[in-house]
Amino acid sequence: MSVDRDARDSQLEVRVWRGGDEGRYQPFEVPRRDNQTVLDVVTWIQRHIDPTVSYRFACRVGMCGSCAMTVNGRPRWTCRTHVSKVAGDGKLEIAPLANMPVIKDLTVDMTPFFEKWQQADGVFTGSATRHDDVARIKPDMPARQAADAGIECINCGVCFAACDTVRWNSDYLGPAALNRAWTLANDTRDTANSERLAAISRDGGCHACHSHQSCEQHCPQALNPTAAIAGLKRLSMKAFIRGEIG
Amino acid sequence: MTELRLYILQRVTAFLMIPLILAHVFVIFYATSNGLKAGDILARTQGSVGWALFYGLFVLLAAIHGAIGVRTVLREWADLSRTTASIASGALAALLFALGMRAVIAVVMPGGAL
Repeated sequence: MSVDRDARDSQLEVRVWRGGDEGRYQPFEVPRRDNQTVLDVVTWIQRHIDPTVSYRFACRVGMCGSCAMTVNGRPRWTCRTHVSKVAGDGKLEIAPLANMPVIKDLTVDMTPFFEKWQQADGVFTGSATRHDDVARIKPDMPARQAADAGIECINCGVCFAACDTVRWNSDYLGPAALNRAWTLANDTRDTANSERLAAISRDGGCHACHSHQSCEQHCPQALNPTAAIAGLKRLSMKAFIRGEIG
Repeated sequence: MTELRLYILQRVTAFLMIPLILAHVFVIFYATSNGLKAGDILARTQGSVGWALFYGLFVLLAAIHGAIGVRTVLREWADLSRTTASIASGALAALLFALGMRAVIAVVMPGGAL
């Protein structure tokens, strides 16, 4: 094997989306490294080739949920996605997350994503004051376990980008917001459940979910928003039978 | 009708259709495996209130269930507004019901009406 071949083999062929909703892919060659993440690749391009490449990241350890992008057609958290796992052939196509407006290059406007958390009543509403004792929640309680199963969401938007229903129905609240509503519905301290069930039963609410399970498939935290949404459907059905929501 | 009510109605119609579908499929197997001809079948169905109710209910449930699903498809894939999709799927439900009832009447009315 020649030296040239070695050099070529150690290069990644990377195509990065440039522009807004309208744009094109720009090709880059990036040195391949051991233990290299997709975020490392984008950072290398910005630092060594083109400082105008826009992208978003913060923690680099899979906690903040800032760095999600579309990698070879699939939404992923790029800081925890190893190149070796997704680009066996040495080719990477990196695009902004789907289902959100593109601001520039790899940066999307997440406003619609977070607005839907508000629309799903994704805010804890309690009745206790600072003068009350801390609520005692048994960890083995079924409701607490249901909440715990969905509580580790990092708001990265991967499920929202992966969801067919979000793509087809702009009113749909999406997996993350509904998963949040489900964790609150299982929080025994919360006092706004009727209002929340009404909020997630409106047009574009949990009943719009087709259970394609792309959210579960792509969630980097291995959460299952589809199961959470199924739970909300059951709760809303019960609330309807009780006459609490229409 | 609210989205929640449409959702529940579609599930209830699906649930009610399960025994009807099983009976319908069983009858198809029974009729074909016993070599029944059209005349034999009509002899059993014509004038039968039971079969009229069975297939009349089946047609009603299928028309409602299918139209609610098509309404969602029209909204998501044809990008129709809520109102337009509701009108279109309502018309589809009426059409399915009319066609289905025409077939039911044809096999249960004495002498094969229509």
